[in-house]
Amino acid sequence: MKKIISGNEAIALSFGDSGGVFASGYPGTPSTEVLEEVARIGEVYCEWASNEKVALEAVIGASIAGGRCLSTMKHVGVNVAADALMTLTYTGVNAGLILMVSDDPGQHSSQNEQDSRNYAKFAKVPMLDPADSQEAYDFVRAGFEISEQFDTPLMLRTTTRIAHAKGGVEQKVKIKPVVGEWVKNVPKYVMLPNYGKIKHVEVEARLLKLKEFAETTSLNRIEMDDTDLGILTSGVSYQHVKEACPNASVLKLGLVHPLPEKMIREFSAKVKRFMIVEEMDGIFEEQIRAMGIRVDVGKDRISYCGEVSPDIIRAALGDAITKSASPVADLPQRPPTFCPGCAHRGLFTILSKLNVFVSGDIGCYTLGALPPISAMHSSICMGASISAAHGMAKVNAIAGRTEKPVAVIGDSTFFHSGMTGLLSLAYNAGNALVIIMDNRTTAMTGGQDNPGSGQVLKGEISQQVNIVDLVKVLGIEHVVEINSYNLAETEASIKKGLETPGPYVLVDKNPCILRYRVKQPMLSVDHQKCTGCRVCLKVTCVALGLVADGDKMKVQIDPNICNGCGVCAQLCKFDAMSVAKGREKQ
Amino acid sequence: MSVFNIVITGVGGQGVLLASKVLAESALACGLDVKQNEVHGMAQRGGSVISFVRIGEKVYSPVVMPGAADILLSFEPLEALRYVHYLKPGGMLVYNKVTINPSTVASGMATYPANVEEQIGRACPNARGIDALAIAKEAGNAKAVNMVMVGAVAKSLQLDSQVVEGVVREVSKGKGIDVNLKAFNGGAVA
Repeated sequence: MKKIISGNEAIALSFGDSGGVFASGYPGTPSTEVLEEVARIGEVYCEWASNEKVALEAVIGASIAGGRCLSTMKHVGVNVAADALMTLTYTGVNAGLILMVSDDPGQHSSQNEQDSRNYAKFAKVPMLDPADSQEAYDFVRAGFEISEQFDTPLMLRTTTRIAHAKGGVEQKVKIKPVVGEWVKNVPKYVMLPNYGKIKHVEVEARLLKLKEFAETTSLNRIEMDDTDLGILTSGVSYQHVKEACPNASVLKLGLVHPLPEKMIREFSAKVKRFMIVEEMDGIFEEQIRAMGIRVDVGKDRISYCGEVSPDIIRAALGDAITKSASPVADLPQRPPTFCPGCAHRGLFTILSKLNVFVSGDIGCYTLGALPPISAMHSSICMGASISAAHGMAKVNAIAGRTEKPVAVIGDSTFFHSGMTGLLSLAYNAGNALVIIMDNRTTAMTGGQDNPGSGQVLKGEISQQVNIVDLVKVLGIEHVVEINSYNLAETEASIKKGLETPGPYVLVDKNPCILRYRVKQPMLSVDHQKCTGCRVCLKVTCVALGLVADGDKMKVQIDPNICNGCGVCAQLCKFDAMSVAKGREKQ
Repeated sequence: MSVFNIVITGVGGQGVLLASKVLAESALACGLDVKQNEVHGMAQRGGSVISFVRIGEKVYSPVVMPGAADILLSFEPLEALRYVHYLKPGGMLVYNKVTINPSTVASGMATYPANVEEQIGRACPNARGIDALAIAKEAGNAKAVNMVMVGAVAKSLQLDSQVVEGVVREVSKGKGIDVNLKAFNGGAVA
């Protein structure tokens, strides 16, 4: 019976059905739900690693030990894991190994729009690009077969509209997992230069064999129809193509690296106009043009930026598009923001007030960059807050500037790659104030466990690392715990940290209110006292709003949303906010 | 049957995704092809959320283009206005009249459009506003707004509304069933 599931759920389901025994990844939208679903199904061992490189390395070990294995991450995670990937491609595998990566065209929740197909080319590994949930399911099984047949890691690539889109999936007969031998094979797995040179030759030979395979595999197919227009495409773009051009002939690639040159040559020769529809980079087009094949419509008409859609394809072909009404202009934006009750709100209210340079990181706290708080001034990649602050401080010293930079980082990001930055900062006599917001979860991706949460992916209790101890061991003398719900204390601690020369670390241990469902007695506003000065609104809490009171607009608190954190009340100079009557003991 | 397009909009945390799931599962239970799609991630932190459900004999793209929606179901008036251009001419708009301030309004940087319902009416003359929060509270849980909204369009989906009710039962599991069914039925007569 068909069930309707997302691409992520389909991959998880298929992993268990295809003989998988070990999965490791790091959360990152839109890839996160794969491992969560593996854990929920509960048949296969899976875990969150501290970062993507660690995850891929663990999976390499699992493959060497003879188990089919899966590593999951978002596109930028592959940058972290790339060191392992670029040599894994030389060693090849023992049991089948799939590296699943989710790209995010349109940057729905990512810091960049990189196209992971480049990595398949770079690492000379096969890559599959499913076009819906059913293919996501099927391609996991096919991926293991290819990985084992060609002794290669395989990349399975999704995009947001595959990972999160739901469609019908027919399950296949389950393959019982068989764990193979744990192999000692020095020339295969020890990449000393002498062995590496031999393996590189094998990688090139493997790629040629994969090219032959690409010509005949059913993963690539031609849907011959009207020959006026022929379109080469893959992934979700295939769906948009079928929507926009139902009568066109289509060459649909499932295996997107390496390309089936002969197949493309023959297909393009049969059609009057040859078009390539690919999201983001022009990877197909560059290779196909290099083959000397004429491309009539491609990246000259379809942007390198953002997602493809049926309308974009129609426009690229010069077809008329039904003009819809324009969006209503000048509506107030509704960006994501700190949850009511979030511990980050107090911290960023103070950082905004102190007007310091904040070197930020990747997590919910990145929202502190948005107006009116506007208290984050750089955010590049996982872990960069501390290392970038270190570089700023060194140059500031050269320039004679005395202002000390502030780095803000969350617990999961700290474990991921902030620790190494802090170690380097301590080692190189750095001069930054580092604030670690330890809310004991990987919050932005929906609240996953990490080494600080005391629990593993499958729910069991585990070793819980103490960040304060860890920071001390890395060589930091000044480590102080703060409570960012108390604005006066937090301000004093930050000022002390800024005035004290050298590295200084503050740790806030307040838990994520969303993950741990924390709720305090909610507040209400005394309109006799509220003057409508609006100072409290600066905390940017959606529980606050203005309401007419006589001829004045005064603040009110939405009882459905208020979490009772009390940060807004501390900004009120007129003592107008207090715990709502009858709610004292909530 | 040509593809039937539903767009559901609201604010992160309102249960737009569960409502989408109910509609998608219902279509599948009626033997139809369906694609459902939304973007999570940043949207969870109180941001604007948009979700697509496409139902038909064969559905390809998971995305609804502006001007192509048969139904726009909005859990919040400002979000109805933000996405009203997704409706095709003559399309149906049902929205929850209860407003939620976006952070830009809560922080005093912008003002919530005072005449939001009037503007919705101008953009879509047959739009229907309901107080989904009151109906949800009446059913026993303010969080059941999503089931009220599903109920409000259940009869217009070209699906068997008994099947939809069955799916509501299924996704509710345990003690939520009574509340959700009350909310669903409350929405159906609103």
